[in-house]
Amino acid sequence: MNAMMTSEDMPQAESRAMEREDLLRVDNVSLSFGGVKAITDISFDIKKGEIRAIIGPNGAGKTSMLNVINGFYHPQVGTITWQGQVRRKMKPYEAASQGIARTFQNVALFKGMTTLDNIMSGRSLKMRKNFFSQMLWYGPARDEEIAHRKKVEEIIDFLEIQAIRKTPVGRLPYGLQKRVELGRALAMEPDLLLLDEPMAGMNLEEKADMSRFILDVNQEFGTTIALIEHDMGVVMDLSDRVVVLDYGKKIADGPPEEVQASQAVIDAYLGVSH
Amino acid sequence: MAGLANVASSGGDTFPKILLHNAKVFGDRTAVREKDFGIWQSWTWAQVRDNIRDLSLGLKELGLQQGQKVAIVGSNRPRLYWSMVAAQAIGAVPVPVYADSVAEEMAYVLGHAEVTFAVVEDQEQVDKLLSMDSEVPTLKEIIYDETRGLRDYDHKHLHDFEGVQALGRKVLEKDPGAEKAWADGFAGGKGSDIAVMLYTSGTTGRPKGVMLSFDNLVISARNANAFDHLNEHEEVLAYLPMAWIGDHVFSLAQAFTAGYCVNCPESLDTVDVDRLEIAPTYFFAPPRVFESMLTSIMVRMEDAGKTKRRMFDYFMGVARRAGEKILNGESVSAKDRLLYRLGDFFVYGPLKNRMGLTRMKVGYTAGEAIGPEIFRFYRALGLNLKQLYGQTEASVYITLQPDGEIYGDTVGKPAPSVELKIAENGEVLYRSPGVFVGYYKNDEATRSTKTEEGWVHTGDAGFIADNGHLKIIDRAKDVGKLTDGSLFAPKYIENKLKFFPNIKEVVAFGDGRDRVGVFINIDLTAVGSWAERNNVNYASYQELAAHPQVYSMIQEHVDQVNRDLASEPMMAGAQIRRFLVLHKELDADDGELTRTQKVRRNFIAERYAPLIEALYDGSTSKHVRTEVTFEDGRVGAIEATVEIRDMPAHDASGLQEAAE
Repeated sequence: MNAMMTSEDMPQAESRAMEREDLLRVDNVSLSFGGVKAITDISFDIKKGEIRAIIGPNGAGKTSMLNVINGFYHPQVGTITWQGQVRRKMKPYEAASQGIARTFQNVALFKGMTTLDNIMSGRSLKMRKNFFSQMLWYGPARDEEIAHRKKVEEIIDFLEIQAIRKTPVGRLPYGLQKRVELGRALAMEPDLLLLDEPMAGMNLEEKADMSRFILDVNQEFGTTIALIEHDMGVVMDLSDRVVVLDYGKKIADGPPEEVQASQAVIDAYLGVSH
Repeated sequence: MAGLANVASSGGDTFPKILLHNAKVFGDRTAVREKDFGIWQSWTWAQVRDNIRDLSLGLKELGLQQGQKVAIVGSNRPRLYWSMVAAQAIGAVPVPVYADSVAEEMAYVLGHAEVTFAVVEDQEQVDKLLSMDSEVPTLKEIIYDETRGLRDYDHKHLHDFEGVQALGRKVLEKDPGAEKAWADGFAGGKGSDIAVMLYTSGTTGRPKGVMLSFDNLVISARNANAFDHLNEHEEVLAYLPMAWIGDHVFSLAQAFTAGYCVNCPESLDTVDVDRLEIAPTYFFAPPRVFESMLTSIMVRMEDAGKTKRRMFDYFMGVARRAGEKILNGESVSAKDRLLYRLGDFFVYGPLKNRMGLTRMKVGYTAGEAIGPEIFRFYRALGLNLKQLYGQTEASVYITLQPDGEIYGDTVGKPAPSVELKIAENGEVLYRSPGVFVGYYKNDEATRSTKTEEGWVHTGDAGFIADNGHLKIIDRAKDVGKLTDGSLFAPKYIENKLKFFPNIKEVVAFGDGRDRVGVFINIDLTAVGSWAERNNVNYASYQELAAHPQVYSMIQEHVDQVNRDLASEPMMAGAQIRRFLVLHKELDADDGELTRTQKVRRNFIAERYAPLIEALYDGSTSKHVRTEVTFEDGRVGAIEATVEIRDMPAHDASGLQEAAE
């Protein structure tokens, strides 16, 4: 288990100490579906190595924002700068190969496949050998598979899901499925990990576990994390900075304590008499 | 006694010495395996020696000194076992602690033991130890195995396991004589030195630190190895808490003395799969493990197809009839023998394989009484499952069931070199080479437990049956006497009754009285479903409990227990002569049970004093009013008229004597 802590696994660990640079910038982005404006003129950045939370009441445009970040939606107005380069329009799988992985609000796993296979599927973008040699499972293809399997086993160990390695995920409780989904995202060794409500529907203990894992992923792998979450306690504890959306607009941005004290945020959450 | 103790004199008398011996004799044999990253990683005895040596030298560099205590906290991992021997090589004493105990309890133990070093599994344990700064002022250095999450901690007194080993290797590189100096350091160690301190969980009062010497452990382990013919080819699974004497003896003492391989599971949740892969040859499990294995088999059989189920039922019938006899070497008809063979091929073999017990040579269960049905199930499959009776203070072994002499209700004959005697009050005492040195910093407790001649009070009452086997009946302090002098063991009677599914809780009275009377609590689930099946209508627990048909049913159970008691000479005097079914369920909210669902006898005696009076004054019914606390905290009262029934006693032949 200590193999996973070697320095080569965490290219960004040192950079955390330095002045953090932007991993991703969103500038004046607007997105609408027909006449419905989902996101209006939003700008913020995600710095390397941080945990960034996106919060807001229902329908604030959080998930749309996430979809913009990972390239699933392309905004009508505004630019996305990813690792210093302005991003052109691209397909989601292209986004994935750029180093962005995500989990979903509703678990999206292959229910009939085992935990191991599901996480292994996260490695598919990194498989280099061609279809035929993989089919024959011969020579370099086999070595490659073994190397990938090793990485997957490290993730299984990291997430402490050894006991369900061979269990079809459809049979697992929800909390564990969420963990498997996180495992699959990690298998891509992403630079940016997007988590869409990682704690939704979990009990207190599962939340505590998941928080631990998120912090550990950030610390051990140096992965930058952007998460959407409704549980304010979790958000305030986990994240370095929080951006708050309401009706598709940004109403606050900053460290948790600051955001918590902001009148605009309090009004958005508690409602205000007009 | 002398003959077997001699076994112990061959080879080293401390674990560091035995380690060097094993590395020489079994150098290339696998000593330890641990499943990690989905693969069984293994270490040979020679590699284990190198690992322990590096760590030991590293610990010394960090300042560990002879006589100091080293806490070991975590689940079963090779590195934690190695840490114990590495500490012993310096003359320090390892103190394994229950990893799941709460910080407060752990703080008491570590503070009491005055540990200076701690080797722990992961961040969770590091956090726990760091939080007890003030309670354990002696603690200087913490060494952790799993680095995860600990990166940002202050590493002034915190060390990575591999880092400590690297420190040890550096010493070896600088000074070529270091290895010899290390070995010389413990060459002079004596068998009488303290090897380990284990804290007993202690149901009453604070935990006590049991000091065991190398002699205690090494001689007991060698005796046990000889008793069950264990050698370097055995495989065991180390999955029970390291702080528990059982694991210490099975996974360390016996493994070192026999040279066999210890397998550490991947995690606690994977034990079932890991056992299947390893197929241990020597296996220990508390009764609940065997229970849950059996339950999962039964549940899956319910879901199986018709043919399979019929095959299972048929061959299990054969197994029950012939299996145990074949195992005990008794005579069995040729037909049954043939059928048993067939059954082994179709049913027993695959079953054993599923449970990972195919290669099991010897299996033990202990700790609490195992249900006779469950015990018989495994024996019938041809598994050599046996019971033992032991204690931390005895280095485990007090009695063992020898092969072929298995009785469900006894715990076996004295283990090799163990002497037994029964005190006046029925308490079991023993004397053996495994008897502990004393309790750490608690001479008073040592004196009250261990006599000057070396006899140890077990605290359990029992007797030696006609066949020479020990039978445990109750905690000694609970055992009393009836006025006619016959032995009264409440727990023994209560357990016999509780064995019936209809009965949930029982409280027996009789100490200092002329006869035994019991309170019975029916089990609402079992009796309720019986009522449903038999068209018995009831509106409340109270009504069901007072139903005449329910009373008759319970009466039959009581009679059955009396019949059982009559057949045991020691117990025949304490048959149940009066019983009543309580009108309310005993409840922890009302203080009648402890939070762990144990009956609080004295409290109940006080609360239901009028009912106890009625048990003994001959009346056939009694009106009572009892206050109860509802779940939301309100207090109410229930009233009922409780019926009391007389029971006839049986004589030894099973005939009824006239009721008084």
